[in-house]
Amino acid sequence: MPTLLTLKINGEERDVLAPTHKTLLEVLREELNLTGTKHGCELGECGTCTILVDGLPVLSCLALPVECQGREIKTVEGMAQGGRLHPLQQAFAELGAAQCGYCTPGILLTAEALLEDIATPTRDEIKLALAGNLCRCTGYTKILDAVELAALRMKGART
Amino acid sequence: MKKDHFAIIGQSLPKIDAWAKVVGETKFADDLAMSRMAHGKLLRSPHPHALIKRIDTTRARALPGVYAVITGHDLPRVKFGILPVSQDEEALCVEKVRMVGDAVAAVAAVDEETAERATELIEVEYEPLRPLMSIEDSLGHPEVRIHEYGDRPNVHKAVSLQFGNLEAAFAASDLVREDVFFYEGNTHLPMEQHSAVAQWGADGKLTLWSSTQTPHYVHRLLSRILDLPQAHIRVVAAPVGGGFGGKLDPFAHEIAACKLSQLTGRPVKITLTREEVFYVHRGRHPVLMWIKTGFTKDGAITGMHFRSWLDGGAYGSYGVASTFYTGALQTVTYKIPVYKFEGARVFTNKPPCGPKRGHGTPQPRFAMECQIDKAAEQLGLDPADMRRQNLAEPFVKTANHLTVTTIGLGECIDRVVEASGWGEKRGSLPPGKGIGIACSSYITGAGTAIYWNDMPHSGVVVRADRSGLVAVLCGATDIGQGSDSILAYLVAEVLGIEPKDIRVHPADTDLTPVDLGSYSSRVTLMAGNATIQAAERLREKIFTAVARKLEVPAERLTVGERRVFVQDDPEQGVSFPEAVVLAESMFGVLAFPGSYAPPKRAGKYKGGGVGPSPCYSYSACVVEVDVDRETGEVKPTEVWIAHDVGRALNPLLVEGQVEGSIYMGLGEALMEEQVFRKGVHKFPSMLEYKSPTTLETPEIHTILVETDDPEGPFGAKEAGQGPLLPVIPAVANAVYDAVGVRIDETPITPEKVTKAMENKRKGKSARLGPERLPVFSFPEAKIVESAFGQPAENIAVRPFASAPHPQAPHPQAPHPTLSPEGRG
Repeated sequence: MPTLLTLKINGEERDVLAPTHKTLLEVLREELNLTGTKHGCELGECGTCTILVDGLPVLSCLALPVECQGREIKTVEGMAQGGRLHPLQQAFAELGAAQCGYCTPGILLTAEALLEDIATPTRDEIKLALAGNLCRCTGYTKILDAVELAALRMKGART
Repeated sequence: MKKDHFAIIGQSLPKIDAWAKVVGETKFADDLAMSRMAHGKLLRSPHPHALIKRIDTTRARALPGVYAVITGHDLPRVKFGILPVSQDEEALCVEKVRMVGDAVAAVAAVDEETAERATELIEVEYEPLRPLMSIEDSLGHPEVRIHEYGDRPNVHKAVSLQFGNLEAAFAASDLVREDVFFYEGNTHLPMEQHSAVAQWGADGKLTLWSSTQTPHYVHRLLSRILDLPQAHIRVVAAPVGGGFGGKLDPFAHEIAACKLSQLTGRPVKITLTREEVFYVHRGRHPVLMWIKTGFTKDGAITGMHFRSWLDGGAYGSYGVASTFYTGALQTVTYKIPVYKFEGARVFTNKPPCGPKRGHGTPQPRFAMECQIDKAAEQLGLDPADMRRQNLAEPFVKTANHLTVTTIGLGECIDRVVEASGWGEKRGSLPPGKGIGIACSSYITGAGTAIYWNDMPHSGVVVRADRSGLVAVLCGATDIGQGSDSILAYLVAEVLGIEPKDIRVHPADTDLTPVDLGSYSSRVTLMAGNATIQAAERLREKIFTAVARKLEVPAERLTVGERRVFVQDDPEQGVSFPEAVVLAESMFGVLAFPGSYAPPKRAGKYKGGGVGPSPCYSYSACVVEVDVDRETGEVKPTEVWIAHDVGRALNPLLVEGQVEGSIYMGLGEALMEEQVFRKGVHKFPSMLEYKSPTTLETPEIHTILVETDDPEGPFGAKEAGQGPLLPVIPAVANAVYDAVGVRIDETPITPEKVTKAMENKRKGKSARLGPERLPVFSFPEAKIVESAFGQPAENIAVRPFASAPHPQAPHPQAPHPTLSPEGRG
């Protein structure tokens, strides 16, 4: 049975009518046309569909929208503010951290949560935070470099 | 135009599509949605080998929300396959299934759930046949036939090639080694699951959007499969979310989506599940190898005899090419004056293997580079020195008639040896720690097309108009490697503008000239050369028009910083948009073609079409490992790689390709395996199919070596596949250095390492690897004269260049003063 849900996504209240068993991933992509969130397995194994719920990384393929009502949902479409890219997005583009770009949204959001938690993480801390996000193109090197660069710039902007 | 100074080339610029990718704007195939779109699902066989006795779709059709159900009877009864010699596939099997995962029916419905429920309502009666699950099984049961064609029962292809007198070479050797190796199969595991959207319009014309690396080949085959003229079909490659060779065949879901769209009058989307992606496969062949090589006491190779047995799986796919590739590129790294290759590909009831990054060459490279390591030890030589002393010569032919141009391998070896501290570390690291080296080479584009023809392999149109816009139209497909960006950089360089000023429109068979596809590391070289030709043609018209306006000879004009100006009087000039207006006023519409076909250098023997390439990249790799002597776990701690890329058009992107190759090579060396139990994949999930995460991927030190190859666009060679090849043997050699055991098969798992160490402790063999070879007699080889050392011919000869290519700076014959490592 379709249920009316009210979700707060990227700062906007959105009403959506969807069957309750639909995953948050399906609702974001198919009902709300927020296709920036990708899927790689739909079993919670690859990290591709990661989004933020109340600032924490969540695998949207394993989350149900009913659980997320009244909580802040953030997808890759919500990272840039008023046309200004998030420092992570800027660094990923500049350093070639997105090759095919398919795992990129999930990694960007996981990294955003990390930098909220630890402003200047060590390389090992970045590796640990991103260990649940598979990438088959980059060998991770440029991704780690980009997170480091973004952290540095964000720290610079704060001081 | 031999340029020493570049404006754009050589800069580490962002990719032109990077911005869309980091904000989630890029539309991959599964992101496409259309009004009235139906969702499709395939029903797949649960049996590895069975006859189809009956299919009843009545109940599925009756399910509310189902728009159409099809079986193979609804499609024209033609078999297809990517290679003309292996037409053995059906989109939906009619009489027989040959693997778990073969599609037998397809449904289009209002949504994915309904489509899936409908597939469960289709009744299929199978009569199981004896499944053949291994090479030995298939060879041992010729009475059970997987296919009715092939060189022998269940043998897809058996080949023998010999170049020169092998017996004499072995007789003249100080050491002759015979070794046996096994390379396990593994799969591409692209992050994006394959997806296709088909729309069969009311006008009878079909459009397919698909995550494909080869829209051109899909276009050709769809026409035959659907019995529809090619002119009525449009194939658009969506941005591909990772390919690595896994999206190079025409697939059942693409064909079914087209047919279902015709029948329903709706757009139809089919996206594979991750489990289905494991079954459609076309990945790395499991290969059993025997290698016999003669060496002098100085480590020079006198001759090599190589045999490979490929477990091909249920269908041909690219398998004939894969078979030849397991024997083609051994000869391009070191001097091998005499060479013999025998190979056989055997059908089994498993998902078909095909091309994965390095297509058919990582397996023999593993065997060869591990054997060289063993020979070096036996001869008391440093494995790095031994390789360094025996490098192939540039600008000559190999024993098997491949023409090699520049070779930067010597510099690659020197650079990784120095950077890694090889000299101090080898044999002197603490117990459990070890270091290994290996080298390799790879083609920069296949020298022949999949179907023989005299047309360009890559076509480009560069167009400009009064708005100042420059658009590049090219059939090439960006699969994340950055090929769209490369085309933009090349045009920007030639026209003196910025990449941002250029729009690249790729991979749309209605709008873009044909490019054969993103495979064999061909796009930068082939589409790149075609792009330069087109851009130079545009620039020539611009110069003519600007010259008239400025009243100077066109020869005095140059471009740069978005201007066209007089070289020795830079104040005198016009802006680029003004220059385009002048040219459009003088010549009308400005749209210029560029065409590229590789030099025709295929050896004059059967099988000579696999291996030739305009030029070859070279890599040397050192890996340091830490082996846990209790658990046998191998942890690569650092990797140094030097890659001869000819010229790094964008060093950032080249590094990205190299790093990705190292990562994927480490996965193949240590953990990845595509293996089956009774025809069922052991672990078709991303959790259980082990691939390296950030935690398993070590620091990678990338060194780029430039040789300015005469065949490449501004001297560039490939970077996307070659650097994977040396990683696997370098790991195996490092494990030996660390704990003294030889693991002669991949993946090098903790189980294998502990077993070998235990054997060694008990005084048994410290080698773990295949113990026996199949009973198989290869066809008798027709002996061809070895072309070893013959001078290279047809260097930088471009079939579609109207005049000698302006970029070709090199003489036809090798320059007598060239050092062994090329022009570096």
